[in-house]
Amino acid sequence: MTGSPLIEVEDLRIDLNHGSSRVAAVEGVSFRIDRGETFGLVGESGCGKSITALALIGLLRPPLSISGGTIRFDGREIQSLSAARQRALRGNRIAMIFQEPMTALNPVSPVGRQIAEMFVLHKGKSWREADQLAVEALASVRVPAPERRVKDYPHQLSGGMRQRVMIAIALACGPDLLIADEPTTALDVTVQAEIIELMRNLCAERGTAVLMISHDLGLVANVCRRVAVMYAGRIVEERGSADIFRAPSHPYTQGLVNSLPRLGSRAALGRTRLTEIAGVVPAITDFPAGCRFNPRCAHATEICRTAAPETTWLGAGGLVRCHHHA
Amino acid sequence: MKLRANLIIGGALFALAIVVGLLAPWLAHTDPVLDANLMNAEEAPSWTWWFGTDAQGRDIYSRVVYGARISLTVGIVSQLINSVIGVGLGLSAGYWGGWWDDFVNGLTNLMLAIPSLIFALAIMAVLGPGLTSLLIALGLTNWSFTCRLARASALSLRSQGYVQAARVLGYGDLRIMITQLLPNMLGPIIVIGTLGMGSAVLSEAALSFLGLGVRPPFPSWGSMLSEAREQITTAPWLSVFPGLAIFLTVLGLNLLGDGLRDILDPQSRSRRI
Repeated sequence: MTGSPLIEVEDLRIDLNHGSSRVAAVEGVSFRIDRGETFGLVGESGCGKSITALALIGLLRPPLSISGGTIRFDGREIQSLSAARQRALRGNRIAMIFQEPMTALNPVSPVGRQIAEMFVLHKGKSWREADQLAVEALASVRVPAPERRVKDYPHQLSGGMRQRVMIAIALACGPDLLIADEPTTALDVTVQAEIIELMRNLCAERGTAVLMISHDLGLVANVCRRVAVMYAGRIVEERGSADIFRAPSHPYTQGLVNSLPRLGSRAALGRTRLTEIAGVVPAITDFPAGCRFNPRCAHATEICRTAAPETTWLGAGGLVRCHHHA
Repeated sequence: MKLRANLIIGGALFALAIVVGLLAPWLAHTDPVLDANLMNAEEAPSWTWWFGTDAQGRDIYSRVVYGARISLTVGIVSQLINSVIGVGLGLSAGYWGGWWDDFVNGLTNLMLAIPSLIFALAIMAVLGPGLTSLLIALGLTNWSFTCRLARASALSLRSQGYVQAARVLGYGDLRIMITQLLPNMLGPIIVIGTLGMGSAVLSEAALSFLGLGVRPPFPSWGSMLSEAREQITTAPWLSVFPGLAIFLTVLGLNLLGDGLRDILDPQSRSRRI
């Protein structure tokens, strides 16, 4: 069944419960990821991209909760699964890697042990088999001398090595979906490129779909086939990654694209300095009425301040939410 | 690493006590209970009777050596029970929070409010004297500090990246507590445990002194002190040697605890560097 999406999010709403008041941190978010596809979610800090990811794996904790919409993984609604079955999905069919390779590994346990634990936990292997598989997993993320490295503790490894170990752990059980939440933000640029390359190759080899979350539009567009841009809890534009660079449609996306430094092309475009988006992201408790981007938008008119824009379908499966989209 | 005097002296004293307890049958000169001989009652320490003899003519040296077994068994086993209870309650309370945390906190405060020796006395009074009831009484009354510590560690550890990561990777709560939280809080728990052993040895002595510990004629350091009370002016060696044994063991455990804290506590380590 290649036709059915791996994960399908429909009209997701996540509330932040503050005493008796509830504010929507994420609202009306819909997207789908097919098997083996790479999908990017881009946005500033606090726009709701990370809590969307947490909702996907069923790990939202109070004060946050899902208050509307559905998340279907492989045809089944995640919210309706029991806690035990949700847990069985995590790490096994949906895995996640994090921004901080420094803190995401247990400091008192050898890395091989931490990889092996995944096989014991999800595949019911014995520790002896699992230890062997851990060496193979470490070899697959191109850590040199894996049979010696499995005995190392996290503090003995560099940041790049640790992120490799994290990838080995995440991909250990051959998940269908890998969620990468800012996987390279804490790394050097050169290491960053290696890690991204590694992640992309491994996932392509195994047919693992990737949901990449980042504030770095350039990086995401480089890795992913499709990109969704989030602003203040809503998806404002979703396009193929080539399209989003060539012809960004939403003013916010345009702002993002124009604020990216690009080698060589800037002079060709006749611009001498990078442009920035004026203003700041609104606080979650006082999102403006209408289009949430309107206070910062150069094209804003009266309708933007009163009515939230509907989805407009663009060609090639793209969509945008703006009254005045380009 | 710098040589740490307290660690070495403490470890040596504790090791000595353990070796003496283990090798008691070979180290003792006479049977501590049966070899009573009124012909040589209340002999002062000499080359024949290293620590002297008591009113029944039993060799004090042999009784102190055998007494190590009981004192250390009580110290180690009851502290193990305390650690298991304290870590179990504190770790789960800190990790889960909510009503369970409130409940455990209340229980801990209750335990801290009642002097533990009095509580142990009450339990002993119900269970009757003897080694088993001594272990139970001391094992149930001194877990509050371990519990507090485990709870505080769990609270700070549960927001660590690797604990979050474990949750995302499908670890169950129990597995997270055992594989992620417990190993990371083990240092301070061991330190508290070592110090707790010292106080358990003292509590055993106190309860035995009050006649609620090990039944005579079996020797424990506390019960020996208790028996020696009457003759403290006429035969001071009866109380000096068991007292010295308690003192050295507890001192050793406290020094060991301090030394371990210096090694295991990352904060004190970074301060030194």
